[in-house]
Amino acid sequence: MLTRRAALCGAAALALMIASPLRAEEGPDPTLNAKAQTDLTAGLERVKAKLLTPPLVMDHDQVAKGGPKVVQFTMTIEEKEIVIDGEGTTFQAMTFDGSMPGPTMVVHEGDYVELTLVNPETNTMPHNIDFHAATGALGGAQLTFVNPGEQVTLRFKATKNGAFVYHCAPTGMVAWHVVSGMSGTLLVLPRDGLKDDQGNPITYDRAYTIGEFDLYVPKDETGKYIDYETPGDAYADTVEVMKGLIPTHVVFNGAVGALTGEKAMTAKVGETVLMIHSSANRDTRPHLIGGHGDYVWERGKFNNPPQKGLETWFVAGGSATVATYKFLQPGIYAYVNHNLIEALELGAAAHFKVDGAWDNDLMMQVSAPGPIVGE
Amino acid sequence: MSIFKYGTVAAISLTAMAALQGFSPLPDDAALVRIEASSVIYREPGEFLDRGTPVNGPLLTIEQNAPISIMRNQVTRGEYEACVQDGACLALDTKGDAGLPVVGVNFNDAVTYASWLSAKTGENWRLPTDREWALAAGSRFKDDAYTEVSDPANPSKRWMAIYAAESQAQEAIDPTPMPIGHFGTNEHGLVDLSGNIWEWTTTCYTRHHVTESGQTQVTENCGVRVAEGSHRALMIAFFRDPKAGACSIGIPPANLGIRLVREDKGLLQWLGL
Repeated sequence: MLTRRAALCGAAALALMIASPLRAEEGPDPTLNAKAQTDLTAGLERVKAKLLTPPLVMDHDQVAKGGPKVVQFTMTIEEKEIVIDGEGTTFQAMTFDGSMPGPTMVVHEGDYVELTLVNPETNTMPHNIDFHAATGALGGAQLTFVNPGEQVTLRFKATKNGAFVYHCAPTGMVAWHVVSGMSGTLLVLPRDGLKDDQGNPITYDRAYTIGEFDLYVPKDETGKYIDYETPGDAYADTVEVMKGLIPTHVVFNGAVGALTGEKAMTAKVGETVLMIHSSANRDTRPHLIGGHGDYVWERGKFNNPPQKGLETWFVAGGSATVATYKFLQPGIYAYVNHNLIEALELGAAAHFKVDGAWDNDLMMQVSAPGPIVGE
Repeated sequence: MSIFKYGTVAAISLTAMAALQGFSPLPDDAALVRIEASSVIYREPGEFLDRGTPVNGPLLTIEQNAPISIMRNQVTRGEYEACVQDGACLALDTKGDAGLPVVGVNFNDAVTYASWLSAKTGENWRLPTDREWALAAGSRFKDDAYTEVSDPANPSKRWMAIYAAESQAQEAIDPTPMPIGHFGTNEHGLVDLSGNIWEWTTTCYTRHHVTESGQTQVTENCGVRVAEGSHRALMIAFFRDPKAGACSIGIPPANLGIRLVREDKGLLQWLGL
């Protein structure tokens, strides 16, 4: 249905372009202006980041070593069919680098994020990226619009610290691309690391990314989920379901059960885990069953003191929340959206498997279940 | 053998095309407008980058290479429904008066309708190219360059200028389909052109780069097509409802509809091949 080609044209097309005035004289000579802007990244160290598929988070320093760097990332957009539940419901996903959410990118405040965004010829649609962490050009969206068969490189300075959502934002299709999977988190750490409200350092042993997605899958007359061949085929029906605002699935990391069983997140007793929870479209409220949020940056921004000892915390749609928890007991912990209908009926549940020794002081079964004998 | 045959046909067509033009049956069908010659000041469609900076496409005067036969009116809902009844076209999302122009069709619907009509009539119907549409539209063709502002040192100047120009140009268009003739006739006799229904063309979205070395690089994305009307819109080919927005820039069209071109019976048909 869709064909594309990239071609090098010769003199004819060039002549066309020269034939008419292409750039109007407007204000002072723009090249002078351009020269006046020194490239402040010129002398900086450039490092290539190695992104990992969520829930894993790329290797990073919790406290920055040395001065600001240019951190180079490459993400390839993949449109692909995935299965989103145990019933085999298919979904025409659009993804950054093949995963829902896209990989979590980590830099430090003052670093430059330099992203090369690739839209392979095998895709059917134009895409772009809006970084909530970036300043200007609709978060970079206006400068990153790429057709299938194109790539673009954007650089921006990470001037604000915190966990920030990034998402696709092509005009006219923003909501659809976002609820089709195109979001992720950029973590901009303070150069001197995370701190509590007293300024004491907070460190962590592991970091995990949980991306929550509200999905809107159309059903046929018999109530069966429709299997579409391409995103384009799914488009019109999907938008109708979207406009009802009731998701058919609410999932972590792209599918019911993406973070349970063999794929459950792991930790050991005594370890502190950093939990980054993004939700690009819709408010949510994570809760760690049997545990807590020791330090929680509800809006994900580290210049605000973290809240302490929370039971459930809030993630505003279009943001990422960061929480730490030091696991004190072994066992299986459920990490859920505490709208329990969404967690248990629609899919927003994950598990932590925690190894270690049990602490009777924290909890013990004083008397096992048995016949009622009174006190 | 086959090379010889094609060579012969090519030779005949090259030498005799002009003379044979008169033998092509001229459509006298009242449903068609035959435009023998026209010219228009035409802006090349797509996006143009000069060494990375967005600029306007070239503006040039274009002329017809050959006469063109194009539907006087937009395809009506009733005409489209006949294709649906035949099992060729996909059903429309909404109901409406069969006599009104059809709206709510995407590019693929329009192409399907054209091939169904071709099969039905034994003629060759197709969507126009953007150039053909512009030539047929004549005085109703609108340059889609909103501004000449383009500053390599400050991309926001162009965004601001386009925003201002678009806001100014933005007229509240009532999207309700109107009876045929409501939007008048252009100098060639085409009815309702550039009213509240945009018409699909076959022209793909292209991005032209003039690189540092002065070469022109063209990327084409046929998942996005040009829809023409009171302004040019780049539309995702599977969009039936354009109100969700044009693909990159521009005010969204009010509706998407169909007007087809009928190919003249060419030399091959005349020879009975």
